[in-house]
Amino acid sequence: MNSTAAKDTDSEAWSSRVIRQLRSGIGPLVAALVIICVVLSFASPEFLTTSTLTNIMVQVSVVGIAAVGSTFVIITSGIDLSVGSLVALSGMVAATLMAGSTPDNVGLGLAGLAIALAVGAAVGALNGFAVSWLRLVPFIVTLAMLAMARGLTLAISDGRTKFDFPNAFTAFGAKTLAGLPAPMIVMLVVFVIGHVLLRKTTFGHQVFAVGGNKEAARLAGIPVGRVIFLTYTLAGLTAAIAGIVLAGRLNSALPSAANGLELQVIAGVVIGGTSLAGGRGSIIGTFIGVVLIGVINVGLSLLGVNPFWTQFIQGGVIFAAVLLDALSQRRKN
Amino acid sequence: MNAQTSTQYEAGAQAAAGAASGPPLLHMEGIVKSFPGVKALRGVSLTLHAGHVMAIVGENGAGKSSLIKTLSGAYEPDEGTIQINGVPLARGTHAAIDAGVAVIYQELSLVNDMTVAENLFLGRMPAQHGFVNRRDAERRAREALAQVGLDNVAPSMRLGDLPLNKRQLVEVAKALARDARILVMDEPTAALQHDDIANLYGVVRRLRAAGMGIIFISHHLEEVFELADSAVVMRDGATVDARPMAQWTEQDLVQAMVARNLDSFYPWEPREYGAVVLEVRELASPPMVRRASFSVRAGEILGIAGIAGAGRTELLKAIFGANKLTEGEIFVRGHKVSIHSPAAAVQAGLVYTAEDRKLEGLVLDANIEENVALSSLKALATGGFVRSARKRKLAQQASARFAVRAPSVLAITGNLSGGNQQKVILGRATATAPTVIMLDEPTRGIDVGAKTEIYAHMVAMARAGAAVLMVSSELPELLGMSDRVLVMYRGRIVTELPREQADSETVIQWATTGVGA
Repeated sequence: MNSTAAKDTDSEAWSSRVIRQLRSGIGPLVAALVIICVVLSFASPEFLTTSTLTNIMVQVSVVGIAAVGSTFVIITSGIDLSVGSLVALSGMVAATLMAGSTPDNVGLGLAGLAIALAVGAAVGALNGFAVSWLRLVPFIVTLAMLAMARGLTLAISDGRTKFDFPNAFTAFGAKTLAGLPAPMIVMLVVFVIGHVLLRKTTFGHQVFAVGGNKEAARLAGIPVGRVIFLTYTLAGLTAAIAGIVLAGRLNSALPSAANGLELQVIAGVVIGGTSLAGGRGSIIGTFIGVVLIGVINVGLSLLGVNPFWTQFIQGGVIFAAVLLDALSQRRKN
Repeated sequence: MNAQTSTQYEAGAQAAAGAASGPPLLHMEGIVKSFPGVKALRGVSLTLHAGHVMAIVGENGAGKSSLIKTLSGAYEPDEGTIQINGVPLARGTHAAIDAGVAVIYQELSLVNDMTVAENLFLGRMPAQHGFVNRRDAERRAREALAQVGLDNVAPSMRLGDLPLNKRQLVEVAKALARDARILVMDEPTAALQHDDIANLYGVVRRLRAAGMGIIFISHHLEEVFELADSAVVMRDGATVDARPMAQWTEQDLVQAMVARNLDSFYPWEPREYGAVVLEVRELASPPMVRRASFSVRAGEILGIAGIAGAGRTELLKAIFGANKLTEGEIFVRGHKVSIHSPAAAVQAGLVYTAEDRKLEGLVLDANIEENVALSSLKALATGGFVRSARKRKLAQQASARFAVRAPSVLAITGNLSGGNQQKVILGRATATAPTVIMLDEPTRGIDVGAKTEIYAHMVAMARAGAAVLMVSSELPELLGMSDRVLVMYRGRIVTELPREQADSETVIQWATTGVGA
C-alpha cells in the first residue's frame, strides 16, 4: 500500500481490469445479448442464419453510424437530438444536387458524397458553436436544430421524395463486398475509427476529462470549448454518413427519412453503458447496445409479436439498462 | 421545540455530571468496514458522554471520514456495534437522524435556492393535514438560529444570499432543529476566518453546556486544545489512543498520529534565485482584482496572504486565464504573453492547482493515471495518438515522486484521501515541467504528515528552478514556507514583505486594514 506498489501491478492490473469489465462494464450487456440470441435461435430456426444476422446489421447500420458521434457528445454530458433530422437533411441536400442523374456519373456522385458530409459537419458545428461558445443548453439547442433541419429538408425538397443517384453515391448503401452488404461494412469501419478515436487519441482523452469534470479539465489546460465543439461536429458528420447509407440503400431521399431516429440513437448509446451524466462510456458498448436493439426488433418479428408491442419492449430494455447502470454505480459508492 | 430540547439537554448534562451512571451517549465498539481492496476501518472503538467535546485527529486516510459515515448511517459496518444511550443504532441514515445524530460535512448539505427555514426543516417541514405551517416553521427556525448566534438572520431569507461562514452555522442550527443529541463536525473551521472561528467555538461551548455530545474532526491542533475535552487519535483505520486533553501535549498528539518523529515542520531553507520568470503589471480582473503588479524569480516561493474575499484566488485565476482580464500585461521569462484560457497558460509554462480539489481539481471517476496525464496529453502523444506506455510511465513516476498511497496508478482518484488526491494533482501540474507553479490552498483539509510531504515538494520544485506562488489561509504555513509575502486587501496588493519582516502580526495588520502599523 505505498508508492512502490504502484509499479509492480501491470499484470495484476490487466486481469483485475478484465474482471472489472465483466462485472460492471459491458460484461452484463454481452451476456444479455448472448442469452437473447440463444433463446431466439431455439425459438426460431430462421434466426441463426447468415441472412438474418446480416439483415440485422443492415437494419441497425443507420442508427449505429449516427450513434458513434452521439457517444462522444453524451460522454461530454451533452445530448444531440438533431441527428435524425441531420440524416435526412444531408441526404436530401446531396439528392437535390444529384437527382435524376445517370448511374455512371462518378463526378456528380462524389460531389454528392462531399456535400452530404459537409452539410452534416457544418450543422453539427453550428450545434457545437451554440453549446460551447454561446453556452446554450444542449438539449434546447439541438431540439431547435431538430426542427430547423427537418424544416429545411422539407423546404428544399418541397415535401417530395428524390431518387435516381449515381452509383458512386449509392454504393455505400447498396453494394456488397465479399458477400457483405455495404451498410454493414461502413458501420463497422465507423465503429472501429470511433473506438480508436475515443480510446487512443488526445482528443478522446480530452472528451472523457471534459465529461468527468469540466472545471478540472479546464484548469488542467484542456481546451474545453473546442472539445465540446468537435464532439457535436463529429455527431453531425456521422449523421451525414448515416444519411448517405440510408439514401444509397433506398436509392432515394425521403423528406421524412430517419424521423425519430435520435431516440433510437440515444437508446443504443445508453444501453451500451454510456452515462448521460458524462465521463463514462465506450464505442464498443454503443455497438452492442445498437445490435441488441436490432436483435430484439428482428427477434420479436420472427416470433410473430405484434409490431405495436415492439416499441413498448424497446422502452422496457432502455429502462432496464439505465436501472442496471445506476445500481452498479450505487454499489460502487 | 425549545422546551423539549432544553429538557433533553438538561437531562444530558445531569447524565454527564453523574458520569458513569447509565450508558454513555455514544458507544462504538470494534467497528470494521472494508471496501473492495481497502480496509477503511479495522477496529474503531470510542465512547462519548453527554456534555463532552471529543476531537478526532489523524492523518489523511486514517479513517476519520469513514468513521463519521458509519456513525451517520451512510456506511453499514461489516463488524462491530454502535449504541446510543445503550440502544443499538438501526441501519441507515434516517435511523441515525432519528436517534439524534447530526453530521456536518465539509461540503455543506444545504440548498442555496431555498429559504433558511426550509433548509432547517429540509424533508420534515412542520405541517398540519399535509399543509406546511409556515408560521410555526419560522418561529422554530428563529429559536434554532438564535442558539447559534444568528439572531439577525431572517428565516425567510434565501440561503444562497448568506455568506459562507453563516451558512455553516445554519448547518448547526439545522442539527438543533432536528433535536440532535450528538453533533459531528468534519473540519468545521476549514473554510472560516478568525472571527467566525471564535464565534463557532462559542456556539460549540454553549451546546456542550446544554448537554450535547460533540465530535469534531480537525487538522488544527491549536483548535483541538482550545475546544476539546478529550482527543482520540486514529491511524490506519483504527483508534490508537484516547486521552482527556490534560494528558495530551501537542508533541504527543502529533507523534501518535504519524508514529514517527517530525523534525522541523517547515522545511524552508535559503535558496539562490534565478531570473525573473513571471512579471505581472497593472493586472485588473473585476470585481475582485484591481491593479495588481508583482514579479517572481525562478527558485522563489512567493506567498500571497489576505483574508477571505481579498482576491487571492481570483488573482491566480486571472493570471492563469481562468478569469477574465480587463487590463494589464503578463510576462513569462521576459516575453509578453497573451493568456486567454488555461490551455494557453499551460502552453506558456504556467500551472494552477485549485483550492477545491473535488470540484475543480480531479476527474473523480477517473484513475490516477488519467488524472496525472491531463495536462500532458500532447507531450504523451505521437501524431494525435496517446502512447499508453508513456502515459503509464508518467503516472508511475509522478506517483512514486509524490509517494501517492494507492494500490496502483489505476486506483480511482475519488476513493483516495485528500492528501493523496492533492499529490495526484501536484503530479499532474509538475509533469508539464512548468516555469511557474501556482498553488491555491495546497494543504487545505490535509493531515500533518501529508502537509510536511507537500512542503518538501514545494521546496524541491523551487530548487529545481520553478517559481512557486502560494495562496494559503493558514498563516503559519504561509509564513513558514514563503521567501516573500504579498498581502492583498480588497483586490489590491497592499504590501510586499521579505521573509524576515513577515511575522504574523504585521501580515494580519495589513490583511485586515490594508495599511501597516
